[in-house]
Amino acid sequence: MHRILLLCLAFALLSTPVFAVNPDEVLDDPVLEERAREISSKLRCLVCQNQSIDGSDAALAKDLRVLVRDRLKEGDTDAQIFDYVVARYGEFVLLQPKIGSHTLVLWFMPIVVLLFGIGIFVVKSRNAKVTKTASLSDKENELIANALQEDD
Amino acid sequence: MIVELGHFALILCLSLSILQSVIPIVGARNGNAGMMASGTWIAIAAFVVIALSFISLTYAHVASDFSVNNVWQNSHSLKPLLYKYSGVWGNHEGSMLLWVLILGFFAALVAMFGANLPPQLKANVLGVQGWIMTAFLAFIIKTSNPFARLQPAPFEGKDLNPVLQDIGLAIHPPMLYLGYVGFSITFSFAVAAMLSGRIDAAWARWVRPWALMAWIFLTAGIAMGSYWAYYELGWGGWWFWDPVENASFIPWLTGTALLHSALVMEKREALKIWTVLLALITFSMSLLGTFLVRSGVLTSVHAFASDPERGVFILVILIVFVGGSLTLFAFRASELRSGGLFAPVSREGALVFNNLFLATAAASVLTGTLYPLVLEAIDGSKISVGAPFFNMTFGPLMMPLLLAIPVGPLLSWKRADLWVAVQKLYFAAGIAIVLGILALAFVEGTSVLAALGIGVAFWVMVGALAELVMRSGIGRLDTATALRRLKGLPGSTWGTAAAHFGVGLMMLGIVSVSAFEEELIKRVAPGEVNTFAGFEIKFEGLSPAKGPNFIEDVARFTITGRGVIDLEMLPTKRLYTTRKMPTTEAAIETFKFSQLYLSLGDPEPDGSITLRAWWKPFVTFIWLGPVMMVFGGLISLGDRRLRVGAPQKAASRRKLANA
Repeated sequence: MHRILLLCLAFALLSTPVFAVNPDEVLDDPVLEERAREISSKLRCLVCQNQSIDGSDAALAKDLRVLVRDRLKEGDTDAQIFDYVVARYGEFVLLQPKIGSHTLVLWFMPIVVLLFGIGIFVVKSRNAKVTKTASLSDKENELIANALQEDD
Repeated sequence: MIVELGHFALILCLSLSILQSVIPIVGARNGNAGMMASGTWIAIAAFVVIALSFISLTYAHVASDFSVNNVWQNSHSLKPLLYKYSGVWGNHEGSMLLWVLILGFFAALVAMFGANLPPQLKANVLGVQGWIMTAFLAFIIKTSNPFARLQPAPFEGKDLNPVLQDIGLAIHPPMLYLGYVGFSITFSFAVAAMLSGRIDAAWARWVRPWALMAWIFLTAGIAMGSYWAYYELGWGGWWFWDPVENASFIPWLTGTALLHSALVMEKREALKIWTVLLALITFSMSLLGTFLVRSGVLTSVHAFASDPERGVFILVILIVFVGGSLTLFAFRASELRSGGLFAPVSREGALVFNNLFLATAAASVLTGTLYPLVLEAIDGSKISVGAPFFNMTFGPLMMPLLLAIPVGPLLSWKRADLWVAVQKLYFAAGIAIVLGILALAFVEGTSVLAALGIGVAFWVMVGALAELVMRSGIGRLDTATALRRLKGLPGSTWGTAAAHFGVGLMMLGIVSVSAFEEELIKRVAPGEVNTFAGFEIKFEGLSPAKGPNFIEDVARFTITGRGVIDLEMLPTKRLYTTRKMPTTEAAIETFKFSQLYLSLGDPEPDGSITLRAWWKPFVTFIWLGPVMMVFGGLISLGDRRLRVGAPQKAASRRKLANA
């Protein structure tokens, strides 16, 4: 189970971020900068189409990147920063929507589809077993055995 | 004049398509051989006519005839010739015309090369293809006429969107369309079979080469689009989970599932209902993609609502075809009796496993793509579903699939022993584990996750070759015999191995770039040298230059290290003068399979400039993987062409009997 969790995590983290960070924005503290990049890759550039603020050249994206770094310097946690940005710009700014009543279908669709598929498969193969054709009679078995021997 | 002929040809093609929609199908109903056979000629004629129409639009673009609205909007007299050609499909109207051209192309292919099909099936297939043609031709003529004239004619054109002025984007759309419009054939086959009520292993055998052909084009098209985004957009990203990308990726996932399930249907007469459903779903997803991309609904639901003509038209087409085919399916599915029984652990079982995960992955990408649109339409709230969501859901779904790839082909049909198959793969597992551990121990910056990723990639790659090794007897028999047997293996075995190997290779590229990429973001002054990723990168200076329809600032860098001395790299910042649109042209240098990627930020008045440099280890595997998949598809297709409809087995047996 642990292994599976690890693998899931692996893929969650394997996204290649794209960068439009400018040299003057970069924080001196590499740990904070790393966190800034991670957070930025999950925030949407509001004036772009499907781009994170980390990958966008737009002025608004730059403002947000600087904002994120300012909050980090003041010691906010990641969650606090996300809350802060959502309070100002709405949930639209999150590239990964929160789990809530309005996103239940979104988040649980894959697992439901998978279980549904497995369910169908299990039911089908059960039914198939029940309706299996009658097994061969002794005489037929003998015939087959003979035929196989001849083949050898 | 030529433009008017093109317009006329378009309308003529609509008339022919209407005939094609009716006559062969009526013939098939009444058993009228002449009417059935007429479908062949009508389909070929329709293709010729639509090709003429396409050629005349191309002519207008190449000749820069700005009295044609479409040319004026998307061309410029100074645009390089190649982009005058590619500009034909670099816009809405032209790309729809290309869409229909390819529909007609596939219908003509079936007409010409479908001689081995039962006449009734062939007539129905061409008829259904005629319905799709008719719908989209009506769409073009009603809402998107590419031949509309302007009066008075403007003197100069407005130029093509600069990011589309690129060789990658010249080839990418036709490839992609050949792929996802290609799946119209499997759709037509499915509907035709349901009309005639005969769906059996033979059907799967006829459908598979077409599905494979479409899949090859789609794979190549998506990979090419990804590489284009990588070098053209200037961020070095290669997949963005953009709705437009997803629109082509969903049919790829279901199409890949279809290839695998059709195999079960052909060999074992099982999974019939599911395979037919997949054939319907795959093209439905192509239609949905067309709707998403062409209606403007992606940019904004409001833009769609304010100018809904095109969107609504495609939506109606979508609903009629998807709804109609699924209704027909609902009536027919109960009549289909599935054949061959199989145990859960068997080749069939493995292919069901494959289908389960591919279909789930398709469903989750589809949900993620549509969710924001649907939610906004329902209660007006706006949310975003972006890359982090897709990585989190798609990744875990791919993992079991990747682990299963090497095992599947080693299982026998009907009933297999999983443990025996896994034991045969001890070599692959060993290599995977050893390489994962080595990477963890010796390569700086390897995380446990990256090591696992590397292990899985090698598991898939080495495992993909296992079937070749086993069936040829390498290591068991003497070399000469083994090589002879290796050569004699059927193309489909080779194809499977190559395609699966490609999946592993791609995975290796993805893991390696994600884990080991190095990055430098720095303002550099002329003469400054930076040490980065084993290179010394010297900024020589910035100089202006002028292209045919743009001006640019060229930054000159000289690179030393990793076997090169004073290699020149020239990233630029361009301004396309007509559209006043700036673009960044990255400079990319390949070192074996890895790449050094230089891109520019903003220049400063003092002559310095922001440099963004990336070292991307083994990044080319991300596209060489799909190249292997395409290659595998081609080998397999070559093999099938010989076998389809040609009862060679019987002939060889007769020969044996005579001998």
